[in-house]
Amino acid sequence: MPAKEEKIEVEGEVVEALPSTMFRVQIDGGHSVLATISGKMRKHYIRILPGDKVKVELSPYDLNRGRITYRHR
Amino acid sequence: MIIRKSASEIEGMARAGALVHETLQLCAEHLEPGVSMIELDRIAEEHVVAHGGVPTSKGYKGFPAALCISPNSMVVHGIPTEYRAHEGDLISVDLGVTLGGLVADSAVTLGVGEIDPESQRLLDVCQEALAAGIEHARPGNHLSDISHAVQTVVEDAGFSVVRSLVGHGVGRRYHEDPQVPNFGPPGRGPVLQVGTTLAIEPMITAGSADVYVHDDDWSISSVDSSLAAHFEHTVAITAEGPRVLTAAGAALLR
Repeated sequence: MPAKEEKIEVEGEVVEALPSTMFRVQIDGGHSVLATISGKMRKHYIRILPGDKVKVELSPYDLNRGRITYRHR
Repeated sequence: MIIRKSASEIEGMARAGALVHETLQLCAEHLEPGVSMIELDRIAEEHVVAHGGVPTSKGYKGFPAALCISPNSMVVHGIPTEYRAHEGDLISVDLGVTLGGLVADSAVTLGVGEIDPESQRLLDVCQEALAAGIEHARPGNHLSDISHAVQTVVEDAGFSVVRSLVGHGVGRRYHEDPQVPNFGPPGRGPVLQVGTTLAIEPMITAGSADVYVHDDDWSISSVDSSLAAHFEHTVAITAEGPRVLTAAGAALLR
């Protein structure tokens, strides 16, 4: 049974929308990351726009890339 | 912290591994069109228990069965259901066995009846990737040498590596340190040492690398419904090379 990779959860604000549903997200208190949308959000057709406050998961193996897992209201 | 196992612990894990291997073979023999996943799980559990083992996944963090059975676009952690196998299906079967206090973990993806050539290619590439990963499980190598080898084989074949699920240390517990991703550059992570025991498990899809968790909070599928394959072995790192504990004869590879 595989393990889920240990993820680091951070908050941030979407700075710009890029091609292929990628986004540049400014992480609170730090650098900006290149992020994709999580599968669950894609499945439910949740839209993300610049200015949205989002929750981002970062992989410990690459801190410059993340996955947006939640869009705050 | 990576727990290195003694020679006798590795022998114990090899015994658990042999039971895992036998049980997976039994599953393969029984899997044909019309067989239900619940039936397969029952067969496996009975076999494990009859040989003095305990299915590690049953009751693990609430998982209800002995086997994870994941059909087609489901990658891993499928809970066995009344679903009956169809000709052409790819069914991934993942089994952990605890025997004598030690755990071994292995998985195979089985084709049901005749499968189409691309499905066969997916299975072949996943097994190749596992073999390539195992080849790098030697003392002195870095952990990510394994990861990189797996990724190279998979992506060269045009398939995708699932990134959010990883292999892991195993032996005294089901999931131990370190995490073993199936992607990444070589030369990173801890240096592998004799006595380290890893579950190496490439999880790949024919389409997107992204996956999502179903509403049952366990089953994980590819977001674009592309076919998925999963093969896993428990491997001990020895001075003579990688020793696969969940294959026939717990063979020592040179």
